[in-house]
Amino acid sequence: MSFANIRREDASRAVIVHAILLTYTLVALYPIFLVVINAFKTRKGIFRDPMGLPNAETFSLEGFTKVLAKSNFELFFYNSFTVTIVTIVIVLLLAAMAAWALSEYKFPGNTALALYLAIGIMVPIRLGSVSILNLIVDMGLVNTLTALVLVYVAQGLPLAIFILTEFMHQIPKDLKEAARCDGVGEFKIFFAIILPLIRPAVATVAVFTMIPIWNDLWFPLILAPGDGKQTITLGVQQFIGQYVTDWNAVLASLSLAIIPILILYLIFSRQLIRGLTSGAVK
Amino acid sequence: MADLKLDQIRKSYGAVAVLHGIDLDVKDGEFVVFVGPSGCGKSTLLRIIAGLEDITGGDLMIDGEVVNTKSPRDRGIAMVFQSYALYPHMTVYKNMAFGLKLDKQDKAAIDARVREAARILQLDQLLDRRPSELSGGQRQRVAIGRAIVRQPKVFLFDEPLSNLDAALRVQTRIEIAKLHQDLKSTIIYVTHDQVEAMTLADKIVVMNGGNVEQVGSPMQLYHHPETRFVAGFIGSPAMNFTKVTIDAVGQGQATVSVPGGMQSVLPFNVDQADIGKQVELGIRPEHLGLGDEGALTVSGVVDVVEKLGDSTYLYLKLANGDRVTVRAPGHSRVKIGETVTASAPAGAAHLFNDKGKAYQKVDCPAEFSAEE
Repeated sequence: MSFANIRREDASRAVIVHAILLTYTLVALYPIFLVVINAFKTRKGIFRDPMGLPNAETFSLEGFTKVLAKSNFELFFYNSFTVTIVTIVIVLLLAAMAAWALSEYKFPGNTALALYLAIGIMVPIRLGSVSILNLIVDMGLVNTLTALVLVYVAQGLPLAIFILTEFMHQIPKDLKEAARCDGVGEFKIFFAIILPLIRPAVATVAVFTMIPIWNDLWFPLILAPGDGKQTITLGVQQFIGQYVTDWNAVLASLSLAIIPILILYLIFSRQLIRGLTSGAVK
Repeated sequence: MADLKLDQIRKSYGAVAVLHGIDLDVKDGEFVVFVGPSGCGKSTLLRIIAGLEDITGGDLMIDGEVVNTKSPRDRGIAMVFQSYALYPHMTVYKNMAFGLKLDKQDKAAIDARVREAARILQLDQLLDRRPSELSGGQRQRVAIGRAIVRQPKVFLFDEPLSNLDAALRVQTRIEIAKLHQDLKSTIIYVTHDQVEAMTLADKIVVMNGGNVEQVGSPMQLYHHPETRFVAGFIGSPAMNFTKVTIDAVGQGQATVSVPGGMQSVLPFNVDQADIGKQVELGIRPEHLGLGDEGALTVSGVVDVVEKLGDSTYLYLKLANGDRVTVRAPGHSRVKIGETVTASAPAGAAHLFNDKGKAYQKVDCPAEFSAEE
């Protein structure tokens, strides 16, 4: 087979792969696209031509004005944002430290502990909803954001520890030993050398942790449904009625809800791309 | 700068013992090289000195103080790793300054020390680069610089040249030798390359199977190996060995019969009790010359010829199946398949008993002696 043939085969394979990926992207993005375009239409426009782009006749911001004027939208936003950010910070800090201990130090029960922490990945936390609710009631934390943060930290930790432990195993041993010879303390090694090196992994974990929390309806509904503590997903529900659903408002608030998570994702994904370990050891 | 003393250092991993009681004295300012085959325990010993491995038994003293349980940072050592182990997210400058900053030292003093080290190692132009933007040799210099700025009592090098290509290795080797002359610091250096050991060391420690085989200057090891292992390990190509029988023993001489039935009288102190025993005779390839003028003669068929330009190595197969390497002059025209005779003076011989211990040589000629 000549080289030209190989190249042609490669090219056709690339076309097929790209076609598949593009199709998938379109399928995944289309619902979001529909949500966004319909958020900018009048109610009549939404029902008459749900697939059409907003035009001079159907364009309207009534959904947005309703959301911003009639509801505590800023508060819902603030709640969601607080819960997500606080959870991410706690999960990343605790998980990174646990992962460092599990990967770096040899102590009795190391493997058993790692396994125990990994079990959380396999057991859905919602199975424990009733006991969690009881616990939160007993602690007097119902209708607080603290309750949500605690549950989300528990939910996010197992996978975070698992991913970070794997990454930390890959950090060359020489690097830590060089630091020890340099007179660097264990905490300083962790914060000044290990954490910067696993930044891509930390970003991955942040994204994995953040999205389910932001989108979660279940725990806000059972743990903090009270006034003033609703998160954005719960807040949107007030526009969905048993008989009448205010589609303008629902679509507008959903569109708005995408923005913060999109910004966070963009921040973290920039870290994902950086290959920082190159040049550490030969 | 400091003395270092190892007293019966032992190390086991569970039931597996890897170091069996190492004794060693390193004087202030000495360049000591640990050399030995893979798995002989030389790197483990270095890591024990660094404080990266626990000591199972024995005492390690730096400047007369037992440091067995001290952490690396309290021992006053600095280590250079084979893999360089530079912090990839820091610039060259920060890599060197990192350890100093933690000691809460004055900023200006740190800066002065880093710049001084950079000047010595010619890293001035590279201080703002990251390790990924450096070549292998430059990275190794940064790793050495990181050790220098700490002004340690003892420098530890763990096979620092193994990742460099051949030309750079020679160049960096010379730089390390110069550095030792300038800094006059105590250096412990681990390598499996006996050329590095010979060229750099004041004192070579040959290790084998978790034991020290011999400690001595490069020339002592080359001319007076105490064991067959050292004789075979030091020198390139390796010493030739062949089994001989002791026929008679006299005052400061022994008569042995070499393969092929020839008898030779060699200048060794051999015990009467050893008469009739089979021992091993060793001769270095560079001490064998073509022709039969010497007291020890071998002849065999050439089966490989290696031309190096300045010399030619001939690999002979003897009648009894033994192989012998001969260093012939570079202009030698010997071809594969020829039968050649090579010989060496009796003073060039080494004799080892059945336990691998060397017999004492008497009246050693100056050209085969380490004495100056």
